[in-house]
Order: sequence, then C-alpha cells, then structure tokens
Amino acid sequence: MTNTLHRFGAPETQRDDYIVFAMASKGINDAGSAEKLRSFLALAVKHGPVNVGHAIKGGMYRPSENLTPLAHWSRPADGDPEAVVRSIEEPSTVAAVFDDVAKVEALLRDLKAADLGVSVNIASLAAEANACCQRAGITRHSIEYSLGFHGDLNQLPDRHVLELSTMCGHGMVSHNFARKMIDLVRENRRTPQQAAATMARFCTCGIFNLTRAIRVLEQARKGE
Amino acid sequence: MEVDPKKCVACANCVPVCPMGAIYIDPAVNRATVNLDECVECFTCHRGMSKEHLNPTLVRAVRRVAKFFRFRFEPEPDVCPTDALTPQELAWPRVVRRAFSDPLVPHESTGIHGRGTEEVKTNDVTGRVKEGEAGFTIEFGRPGVGVRFRDVQKMTTALVALPVEFEDKNPVSSLMTDRATGALRADVLDEKVMSAILELKTRLEHVPAVLARVEAVAQGLRTIVSIGVSTRCDAAGDDRLAPVLAREGYVFFRGKTNLGLGRRPTPANA
Repeated sequence: MTNTLHRFGAPETQRDDYIVFAMASKGINDAGSAEKLRSFLALAVKHGPVNVGHAIKGGMYRPSENLTPLAHWSRPADGDPEAVVRSIEEPSTVAAVFDDVAKVEALLRDLKAADLGVSVNIASLAAEANACCQRAGITRHSIEYSLGFHGDLNQLPDRHVLELSTMCGHGMVSHNFARKMIDLVRENRRTPQQAAATMARFCTCGIFNLTRAIRVLEQARKGE
Repeated sequence: MEVDPKKCVACANCVPVCPMGAIYIDPAVNRATVNLDECVECFTCHRGMSKEHLNPTLVRAVRRVAKFFRFRFEPEPDVCPTDALTPQELAWPRVVRRAFSDPLVPHESTGIHGRGTEEVKTNDVTGRVKEGEAGFTIEFGRPGVGVRFRDVQKMTTALVALPVEFEDKNPVSSLMTDRATGALRADVLDEKVMSAILELKTRLEHVPAVLARVEAVAQGLRTIVSIGVSTRCDAAGDDRLAPVLAREGYVFFRGKTNLGLGRRPTPANA
C-alpha cells in the first residue's frame, strides 16, 4: 500500500501536506492494537488535523446513504473527527492529515511520550519530516522515497488535476471528477471549500488534504 | 458494476466519478451504461456517491420539465438520486479486479486492505528491509490509468534475471505461477485493475541496475509506473540510499518516514 507516497506536485506545493499514520504489523503486534490506534488518533485530533481517517471505516468526510433532496440547497455538515476515533474497533491503518509542520512536531512529542508501540509514519517532504523528527527528539528508522511517475506519461492529465486526484492514492478521486470540481469553481458554481469537501468524501482512508485542495482550486480558478 | 436501467434517470453524475472513465450515457437508451471491459470493480461509484432513494419516475418527470424550459439545475455532483448503481456477482477471474481496485477489500494473500503489503511502514517491527538493502514498490496503473496484468508480467519477467527477491506476501507475487520466469497466471492476464504493486528487495549496490531495468520496461507499457525505493536508516537516522539515487540522476523529495516507534511485544506484554 503506497497510497500516501506518490502525491504529485513540486516541493513548494507540498509544504502544507503532512500525513501522519499509524498501524500495527499483522500477526506480530496487532493483537489488542485497536486501543492503541484509537489513542494515536485521539492525540492527533487534539492538534487540529484537516482530515482523519480509518482505512476500513472511512474518513471524517463520508458519503451519505440517506440524503434528502434538501441537501441540494443545504447539505448537512460533515467532518467529525471524533466519530472516526470512536469507530476504531479493529486493527487497520489510521491517519491524520496536517497542514502545519508545527502541529506535526507537537504530535510527535506526544507520541514519543505515549509510547504506544505501534508503527508511526509521516508521508511528506522527506527532509521536512526528518527535521521535524529531530526537533521532537526522534531518530527515523526507515525511509521510502518516491521516484515519481514513469512509462506512458501521455495518459496523465494537467498538473492541477493531478495535484488533486493524487491526494487519494487509491485513485478514488478520479481525474475527471477533479477536473469537474475545478470547472465548477472556475464558473463560480461551487466554492473551493465545497469542492474540496466533495472530493474528500470519495477518499475512504481520510488522507485527502482539504487545505491543499482549496489552494490548488484557487490557483486553478485564476489559471496560475 | 452495473446500472439498473429501471432506476437510472441519466443525470450523469456518475460519469466523471468513475476513475477509469468506464461509465457513459448511452444515447440509444438514455441510461448510464458501464463498459465492463474497462470497469475495474473499484466500487467508487457505488460507495462514494451519496444516495437519495428517490422515485425514478418522479425524477425523470421533473428532469423532463426542467429540460423543456432549459432550466439549469445544479445538483450536488456526488449524488446518485435513485441508487441505480448495482454491484454484480463477481466470479474468477473478474473477482481479481475488485481485489486490486477496491481498497476496502483485503487481499486473501496478505490480509491487508489495499494493493500491497506493509512494506517499510512497519519495518521497525518486521525488520524486512535491513541496512544495506533496498526495498522497491513498483506500482502499475497509478494514478488513475489502470493496468492489465499482461503489462505487469512484462515487468516481472524482465526483473527475474536481476539479483532481486520478490516479496512473498504480496498480491502480485501470489499470482505468479513460476518465480523463475516471473510468469503470472494466464487466466488473469487480460484483467484490468486500478493498480498493482510489485514488491521486491535487493542490495543497495544493485539499485542502479534495477532502476534502469524498470525504467526501460516502463517505456514500453501502456500504463504509468510509480516507483518507490526504501531502506533502513543507520543509528543516526542517515540513509545510504539517497546518495545512490542522486548519483543516478533522480530528483526525489517526497518520502514516507518510519519513525521507529513500533516494537514487537515482549513476553510480558504479549
């Protein structure tokens, strides 16, 4: 599963994008890990993430099974991180997305003190993550680098679409849907906030960064 | 995935939602239709769209009136008003599509939700990739293009000649019929999936040769190949992989950092 690794965009477009996630290793330390994962996410929520998610139960932005037609005029608000924390009942991957490295550093200090014993990773600019670890008194254990996309690159869409669609590494935010959201924002038929939340509902792991998406949509609106 | 023609009102909200572009409105019947050869059974349309469960006859009548007066209704773009998207029973080999495309379906081979294994994410617990070694995640079909296993096999058969060790507990490895040749099961070769991840391990000194082979093969594939390379850091948190990649001319800045906070249970707390 490399769903957080290959986000598209130049380094300067990724400075508000940090995914901190925790998981236990199947068959080794996953027994009884649900409580630890719940503790992890509760600590993360304390620091104000822009999104959180549970790989099986879903993120804080979710589709609804029972909308009424009134939703077209006034959509019920979604985005309750506490509901995601409460939903953790089994081992899986839980994630929190931050748009500020200072919040990540504060979370790392909490995690070090909590000593939960589950694996914690940061998907972000590698140098930023390493510096953040050092400030929090943590020595990184392993690193995986993204070497980007290769092969038939003619099949890829433009950069704004890619910056949005690759924020769900499982591919649940389609290129065509990201393009539609850009068009809706450019035509002033949706706000960037509405368009970002709509895309986030498709990302089942809750790793879609709404802050970054809003910024990308604003840039796309102006043709920047 | 199929569309129930009795329920579909041809609103077309599901058309851009499909990651593979497999849904379209068929003008002959004026209903959403799924190109089943391109559909990867990711369930994005069925699960990702909110539902209203409205009466299809009523919705069609309202749409017909609005269309007559050229009214432009701006509905929520992620809603299927009549719950028309219908999962179909999947048999072998089509069931492979969902296993490699729907992140909520665990692979039988790994028990992990998603398309790969835990790779370096739990390396602090498993010790899978050690100092002096490099772990590769070679992902096909991402982002949003999809891949058929025939293309994946071109890579597996090209890599077996190199000093690499395929990850055992990996969904692609589980489809190999012959580790010596890298051949995959013949009955899945034409199946299309959202993405497939090949995982392997080698020594750091072999990283340039593996990368050269992967890049060469990728040029001939009708899909995208995303490459990830990992290693174990030393006691100071430094890694010997970055200089190798820099020498090979790669520009890399994004990464996944394992903090080393995980641990194996001791007998006392097991």
